[in-house]
Amino acid sequence: MTGTWQLFRLNLRRDRVVLPLWTILLGLFPGLVASSFASLYPDPAELAEFAASMSNPSLTAVYGPIWSPSLGGMTSWRSSIVLLIVALATAFTVIRHTRAEEEQGRRELLGATVVGRGAGLAAALLVALLASAVVGGLTALGTAAAGADGTGSVALGLQYALACLLFGAIAAVVAQLTQGARTARWISGAVLIGAFLLRMLGDAGGDLNSPLSWISPIGFLQRIRPYADERWWVAGVVVLVVALLAAAAYRLNAVRDLDAGLIASRPGPARAPRALLSPLGLAWRLQRSTLFGWLIGYAVLGVFLGSATDAAVDAVKDSPDLGDVIGRLGGGASIADMVIAAGLAIMGIGAAGQGVQAALRARSEESALRAEPILAAAVGRTRWIGGHLLFAFFGPALGLLVAGVFLGIGYGTASGEGGGAIGRVTGAAAVQVPAVWFTVAIVVLLFGLLPRLTSLGWGVLAFFLLLGQLGAILQLSQWALDLSPFSHLPALPGGDLTVTPLVALVALAAVLTSVGLVGFRRRDLASGG
Amino acid sequence: MENVISVNGLVKSFGRTRALDGLDLEVRRGEVHGFLGPNGAGKSTAIRVLLGLLKADSGTTTLFGGDPWRDAVSLHRRLAYVPGDVTLWPNLTGGEVIDLLGRLRGGLDTKRRDELVERFELDPRKKGRTYSKGNRQKVALIAALASDAELLVLDEPTSGLDPLMESVFQSCVNDERGAGRTVLLSSHILAEAEALCDRVSIIRAGRTVESGTLAQLRHLTRTSIHAELAGEPNGIGALAGVHDLVVEGERVRFQVDNAELDTVLRALTTVGVRGLTSQPPTLEELFLRHYQKAEQADGPAGQAVPA
Ligand SMILES: Nc1ncnc2c1ncn2[C@@H]1O[C@H](COP(=O)(O)OP(=O)(O)OP(=O)(O)O)[C@@H](O)[C@H]1O
Ligand SMILES: [Mg+2]
Repeated sequence: MTGTWQLFRLNLRRDRVVLPLWTILLGLFPGLVASSFASLYPDPAELAEFAASMSNPSLTAVYGPIWSPSLGGMTSWRSSIVLLIVALATAFTVIRHTRAEEEQGRRELLGATVVGRGAGLAAALLVALLASAVVGGLTALGTAAAGADGTGSVALGLQYALACLLFGAIAAVVAQLTQGARTARWISGAVLIGAFLLRMLGDAGGDLNSPLSWISPIGFLQRIRPYADERWWVAGVVVLVVALLAAAAYRLNAVRDLDAGLIASRPGPARAPRALLSPLGLAWRLQRSTLFGWLIGYAVLGVFLGSATDAAVDAVKDSPDLGDVIGRLGGGASIADMVIAAGLAIMGIGAAGQGVQAALRARSEESALRAEPILAAAVGRTRWIGGHLLFAFFGPALGLLVAGVFLGIGYGTASGEGGGAIGRVTGAAAVQVPAVWFTVAIVVLLFGLLPRLTSLGWGVLAFFLLLGQLGAILQLSQWALDLSPFSHLPALPGGDLTVTPLVALVALAAVLTSVGLVGFRRRDLASGG
Repeated sequence: MENVISVNGLVKSFGRTRALDGLDLEVRRGEVHGFLGPNGAGKSTAIRVLLGLLKADSGTTTLFGGDPWRDAVSLHRRLAYVPGDVTLWPNLTGGEVIDLLGRLRGGLDTKRRDELVERFELDPRKKGRTYSKGNRQKVALIAALASDAELLVLDEPTSGLDPLMESVFQSCVNDERGAGRTVLLSSHILAEAEALCDRVSIIRAGRTVESGTLAQLRHLTRTSIHAELAGEPNGIGALAGVHDLVVEGERVRFQVDNAELDTVLRALTTVGVRGLTSQPPTLEELFLRHYQKAEQADGPAGQAVPA
């Protein structure tokens, strides 16, 4: 593996902005959550009371079990969303330095120099190792500094580091199997979502030892149980799995040809079908499988959430105290409505992710110089990007409708409310659309005015997600919370429909998009120089 | 004669890099025009400005009498382009790409398309990601050649083609010329330019340094002289038009601009000539001279200039 060290340094150089940014920011998060819990609930008894009010099946389904009502325990419970983000970020980092490199032919350039065959892979895994060390280290130090139990904090840091390594290693294997970086990212993301859903299904039942949670990589990691009789052996098993996966990736890398995946591609048609022969047709061809993937995801998640909601309502019914607490929180809305609204809020962020992804596709087409031949033909810039923006704006809208319909079906069937639930829930899902459009419009604006920064769109989305999930806990002031478009949406179903913020968001989205489009029409096309 | 392309004093900078620095270019209707210059000279940049993909900083650019930035869409119906870096969609087959690009520029002759696929021995059923460099190039070439465009803009179209395919390409371009089409061909291959081009423009560091027919350019070349003299070759180095002078006692070796040949030979005969060999000028030397100057005299092309 000659050259690993040089490649590792090259990778770090290429990532010198992004890598410190996400590892440090996300690594600091659990510590921040811990210190705000410490100031919100200085008295352990109060914290325990809060913990009790939060142990219900639907919240457990979303965040996982509360292992201990202590400061550390609550922190690890509430920050579990960060665990998912660091896992995904590491997976994407590994893919970026393996398959994406190879796809763009840079690997070939390096491969011809004195660089060993496995060096690229080893260097990418070293980056993952570094990222996991930073994230894990900061997590452990931050939570311990905020006053959480020291041993537990070490276990929590270890959990975060292992999440990075595990998904980095999974991505390394996936990157060997597929031929395109896009497919590799998609598969790794699906593994993560699958792991999350499995854990959700397992934990929602209330059984903390559900086999579903144990076979889910995320559920398994959470069963290290930081701050509550840490199970170090679980961490040991994960280390072993990571080593096995890395070895498998290494082996696959050694047996396949450069640029080939193990999943080979078949020959296709010698002539183009008529449907392909327009910018929209091309965009459809490039975006359709991703769109179908999202739609299937919405439908599955919808049905699942719908039926889980009913189970949660039943559980709360059996415990009048809990019903009281939640009733007070919701200000009159029924428990079912609150759970559905929370589910839809998460789906709304997902839909924004779908929109950002579709809009970024236009940028990646441009930087890969694939927009150039299209725009050198008789196709105007607006017409070209219009094809992609159609998917960026209406794909998530369609997705949210599908989510609403299936959530309605799931809930209506389980609760016996029947078809009436479908209309109510679908309408509530549609309320997310203006915030999604606003987020996508920011990406279009960046694309038009600051094209090199277009992928910051992901950062904007992550920022909105963290504001929504953790803003209240971090005791951020209202204006900070209001930065996220999602905070302006009426809480439906159950709450009152306020139209003004929705109209305002749509209008703002239209303005940002128009400015972005004008910018794009006036700027240079990327020429790869 | 009417110009299909005319560019005057074109300037284009990327940040501090001045990629085009007052470029001039004229391409007449019906000619095959070679566009030559060292790496980084600005050929691809000039072509992208001509296609309205980049916006010029200053200078005038006209294409079919129109403005390539403003009238991009309507002008593009009349031309076909082969980019310098051909990247294909990984999931589209070569055949699909040919049809797509043909259709988007306004139509393609399917009979010609099939003929070209055969001539270039391309398998149109393979997916974009599985093509080799040369085969990707063929896909873009076929899409352009099968169109009925008046102008073909080809940016290093033969990079990656094997010699057999290179000759297929040359015969295709000759067919195009026969059909009255105009071709702008950027290339690094001198033999290709000599075989195909009616006129060429040589650019360096974003500026046009020579332009004309190949016959005109030959006049600009230098003759190599080896001479054995009767005495010390004093003062020869100081004469205008003498380059790369090497003196070994009474022997001299140097190159001389053809325009100054007469004066220099007279100077030699005043010293007394015992032996003389001269080598006829070649275009290749002219080329290398322009290419080398890029590194020696003026520094690498496109280097940073104070903003
Ligand atoms: N998008 C860009 N950003 C910054 N610099 C650029 C960009 N595109 C081109 N350049 C610079 O402009 C100069 C001219 O590049 P160009 O690609 O036009 O050269 P070329 O003559 O086509 O070279 P080659 O023969 O290698 O293809 C180079 O110095 C290049 O680095
Ligand atoms: Mg070029």
